[in-house]
Amino acid sequence: MSKIVAKTGNEAMAEAMRQINPDVVAAYPITPATEIVMIFAKYVADGLVDTNFVAVESEHSAMSACVGASAAGVRVMTGTSSQGLCLMYEILPIAAALRLPIVMCDVNRAISGPINIHCDHSDTMAARDFGWLQIFSENSQEAYDSLIQAIRIAEDPRVHLPTMVTTDGFIISHCLDKIEILDDKDVTAFIGQDRKANNRLLDLKNPTSVGLLDLQDYYFEHRVPVAQAMKDSKKVILEVADEFAKKFGRKYGLIEEYKLADAEVAIVALGSTCGTAKVVIDELRAKGVKAGMLKIRVFRPFPAEEIVKALSNVKALAVLDRSDTWSAQGGQVFTEIRSAFYEAAKKPKITNFIYGLGGREIDLPQLHTVFESLKNIDKQPVVQYLGVRE
Amino acid sequence: MSEKPGWKSLPEGDVVKAGTAAEFKTGDWRSERPVWFPERCIHCLFCWISCPDSSIIVKDQKMTGIDYDHCKGCGICAKECPVKPQKALEMKPERGEETCQK
Repeated sequence: MSKIVAKTGNEAMAEAMRQINPDVVAAYPITPATEIVMIFAKYVADGLVDTNFVAVESEHSAMSACVGASAAGVRVMTGTSSQGLCLMYEILPIAAALRLPIVMCDVNRAISGPINIHCDHSDTMAARDFGWLQIFSENSQEAYDSLIQAIRIAEDPRVHLPTMVTTDGFIISHCLDKIEILDDKDVTAFIGQDRKANNRLLDLKNPTSVGLLDLQDYYFEHRVPVAQAMKDSKKVILEVADEFAKKFGRKYGLIEEYKLADAEVAIVALGSTCGTAKVVIDELRAKGVKAGMLKIRVFRPFPAEEIVKALSNVKALAVLDRSDTWSAQGGQVFTEIRSAFYEAAKKPKITNFIYGLGGREIDLPQLHTVFESLKNIDKQPVVQYLGVRE
Repeated sequence: MSEKPGWKSLPEGDVVKAGTAAEFKTGDWRSERPVWFPERCIHCLFCWISCPDSSIIVKDQKMTGIDYDHCKGCGICAKECPVKPQKALEMKPERGEETCQK
């Protein structure tokens, strides 16, 4: 039987990990993700899971241990944030190139400097080009559901790519939320017991070498399959989401459209801000403004076609980025959406707001300001910083 | 490069059969090479156990020579050789007079 409980985002992810019961977890503590693995370590100590927990000396070692364990053919998970994720960067693309279905709980947090422990998306966005699937969560329920789905997606032979499921630091990770926890047996049945998804090192009859020097003549051929698997993963994500919806009732896609069907003005956002934006959109709708939102749940693979289709009838669009590319061309979400629209026959006028860096509050009045600016979108700069003192 | 397989026919994820390092000759990286003096050698096999590239050739528990196709000239064997007063393995310049004849 499923049950409704109060859990923080971290507790929800730890609970999903207990139910998934991975073979190996290697992790190092970092705020605000510490609790996930701390709670999980208690499950290990209490004998509630069969996991071999590797307490490493850094995140670099954590991801390295994950790569080794995953290449040996077992189910592997980890969790980190911000500087910890940065310390993993050297190993993240190796996990992708080796096609290892490692699943990570990633709590979005600003990267230093200056040092800061609060939410923005700089850490995760800096990892967008490493061949990992990236799933964002609006709340604890989504984080819990997506983590369970991520095991299936990553281990699907059409994908075989590592996957990170993210929450927003403190806003989701530490706030209590009412969520539905599935029955243990249902989770076990849903994810399946195939732990030989990538059995390589442990096949003694057919010994292999993994991760070799790969120069001008083969490196290129080993990178392109990551691009292909990333493309193919869209279908798998939707299939897994469909099955999840049929079994457990909650529907997920690559994107979520909120009152977008007849919207004239709209925003694009991801993560916890989407919850706040829904309130603002409801307020605007009550006043007769045709406002809507496109929430990006899956940022990698990037749902370009789906976004273009969903936003083609919008007149004015603001993309919200909680990170910057320093290119003066906008944040990561904006630059990719603007690029996706280049060939489109019908496209909205589009502007970018970079907001909420280092955990700076994003509130209802600020989001009203964003929608207000869309009335005069021709006068908006390409990119502007929302809520910063000048 | 047309005879090499394309990405669609390669095994997933840079995985190849084990043991192929022997086919890849790395000896031309050397700037110095170990030279073995059999008359001084006591066959303790310190060189064999220390060599990171399996380049000390042993037969019937005796040191018999050096695999110059794979030895990278790190010098660990010469460093570890315990024979005194003159070691049984000495590092010599790769293109020096003493090594050209070997």
